[in-house]
Amino acid sequence: MTPMNSEQRSSVQRGAAQPGASQPGADRLSQTVDMAGATSTRHNRRSATGWILLPAIAVLLVFFFYPLAIIVWRSFTEPAIGLDNYTALFTDGVSVTVLLRTLRTALIVGVATLLIAYPYAYAMTRVSRRMRAVLTVLVLLPFWTSVMARNFAWYLLEQRGGLIDRFFSAIGIDGVVLLGSVTGVTVAMVQVMLPFMVLPLYSTMSTIDLRLMDAATSLGASRPKSFARIYAPLSLPGVVSGFSLVFIVTLGFFITPALLGSPQQSLVSQVIETRVGDLLDFPGAGALGTVLLVVTLVVLFAVSRVARPATALNQAVDRA
Amino acid sequence: MNPSRSHGIRISGVSKVFAGLPRPAVDDVSLDIAPGEFMTFLGPSGSGKTTTLSMIAGFVPLTSGSICVDGKDISGLKPHKRDLGVVFQQYALFPHLTVAKNVAFPLQQRSVPKPEIRTKVDEALALVGLSDCADRLPRQLSGGQQQRVALARAVVYQPRALLMDEPLGALDKKLRDQLRKEIARMHRELGMTFLFVTHDQEEALTLSDRIAVFNNGKVEQVGTPTELYERPATLFVAQFLGESNVFTEDGDERKFVVRPERLDLHAGPDSVPDGHQRRKAVITEVVYVGNHHRIGLRFDGGTEGSAMRLAGAPLPAAPGEPVIASWSPSHQTSVQGG
Repeated sequence: MTPMNSEQRSSVQRGAAQPGASQPGADRLSQTVDMAGATSTRHNRRSATGWILLPAIAVLLVFFFYPLAIIVWRSFTEPAIGLDNYTALFTDGVSVTVLLRTLRTALIVGVATLLIAYPYAYAMTRVSRRMRAVLTVLVLLPFWTSVMARNFAWYLLEQRGGLIDRFFSAIGIDGVVLLGSVTGVTVAMVQVMLPFMVLPLYSTMSTIDLRLMDAATSLGASRPKSFARIYAPLSLPGVVSGFSLVFIVTLGFFITPALLGSPQQSLVSQVIETRVGDLLDFPGAGALGTVLLVVTLVVLFAVSRVARPATALNQAVDRA
Repeated sequence: MNPSRSHGIRISGVSKVFAGLPRPAVDDVSLDIAPGEFMTFLGPSGSGKTTTLSMIAGFVPLTSGSICVDGKDISGLKPHKRDLGVVFQQYALFPHLTVAKNVAFPLQQRSVPKPEIRTKVDEALALVGLSDCADRLPRQLSGGQQQRVALARAVVYQPRALLMDEPLGALDKKLRDQLRKEIARMHRELGMTFLFVTHDQEEALTLSDRIAVFNNGKVEQVGTPTELYERPATLFVAQFLGESNVFTEDGDERKFVVRPERLDLHAGPDSVPDGHQRRKAVITEVVYVGNHHRIGLRFDGGTEGSAMRLAGAPLPAAPGEPVIASWSPSHQTSVQGG
């Protein structure tokens, strides 16, 4: 579900919840306090909710926002106050290349996982309950395996003389060694990222009433057309959340590129690691991290616009 | 909206066997639905009525038999080529499209020019009384309104027939009655062939030109509401459609039924009219149902039954007392089965 959609829904709910018609438990309470103003009870309830959130907010503040602020701060102030670190990024001839390579990889991984996961998630909504359990376990299996174990498995598959190399040799194509290439990293990341795509897709698709497809065909739309006009738009929220999840996680993925990639074709996370670990260039690494964060936020924003209310999209299509 | 040309549907020897089920869901059903007729499939759940409708709509392939519209076999056609309107129990409106877009959908599939789409959508929404809801989304409407949108969407392209699968099943009593009247009015105004599936005998009796009663995948009887109620052919029809007193012919295994409102009750034998059939009974209960009393009876031999008295009419005896039930032989009907 996109942020805009949930916002819309909650505003509808708020509109529908007239005083007295709200939650049954709170009915009597709000009726007695009505004279004093129903707003005050609502306010009290909200501040109670605030207390529940306190631990999470504290953890986020201390362990996420504080370090993040330090990183951003240092990227602007060290060694001298100004934009030096950022101008360096765009002029050193490497960082921009790495950034673009990372974005392209994330895009490819996002699209590839979508293409694989969409039919899979759809199948999950159509099969018997037992088969669905099997398919769910298959998706979750990678989650239960250690990240290192999974990446080493790909290492073994992709290395010289590994299974992939031998397979292609057997059919007459020699020297297919994916290890150390962006392709090798991409292939492994697609597999690692699949659950992040399948689960949001499935949770959206399982809410789509399959009778709608019957209705669409009875009204004169062929199966492909019914899919395009009805099913695809209704599954769009799942596509958007799955794609953004995979895209963003891929942008900052470290272990897979570090293990299966190479310094010659490194991705952003590897460069950041090198700067921090080997060059002790904290401000430079911070600047690169900040740029990555901004790019991520821009992409998230753009994606949420695209998938906002499906109706707006349809109206645009119809108007065109 | 102009009354569309009417089309007949002929179902010949249609069967449906689902893998893993012991008996066919639909077992050699043959029916003729006349052009412009309001035909109802009535039966309990699992009787095959919805499966038959799904086969006509094309959602479920036939195991054997054929379905013809205007004499042309459509059983091989994909659903979107059949040109039939379908209304579902759960509305099946497209949740991401406005009411107007939902109703426009079938017209867009037929490449109707845009101005014409607008007029037809307006007409269809006016027909169901929802002209001012055109720009709303389905979830902003009540269940009754949603089903009326579904009706508008299913007739806007003047399909060859309108198929309705328990369209009132998801609504509460008051809305159900209201929408039932609207469906009857639409049938009068459109002159279209209507096929209506329900398990509710009241809906079937009040709406239909003819009713086909389904049981265990077979059609028990087809006829007008009056024929089915007054002259049920089988015990199942007699008991599924209204209440029946079931009697066994003397010295014979054959059964016959008499409707409760056809029974006269007498305190003694003197008042029984000449030529009437009679049975001794005991009144078990008297239930007040507003405009009438329902009088529970236990006949000699132990069979339970009932009679009916309009409110205000005197009761011949009190509960626990013996009475004589009588009826004119013209009101008894022999039935098969049981």
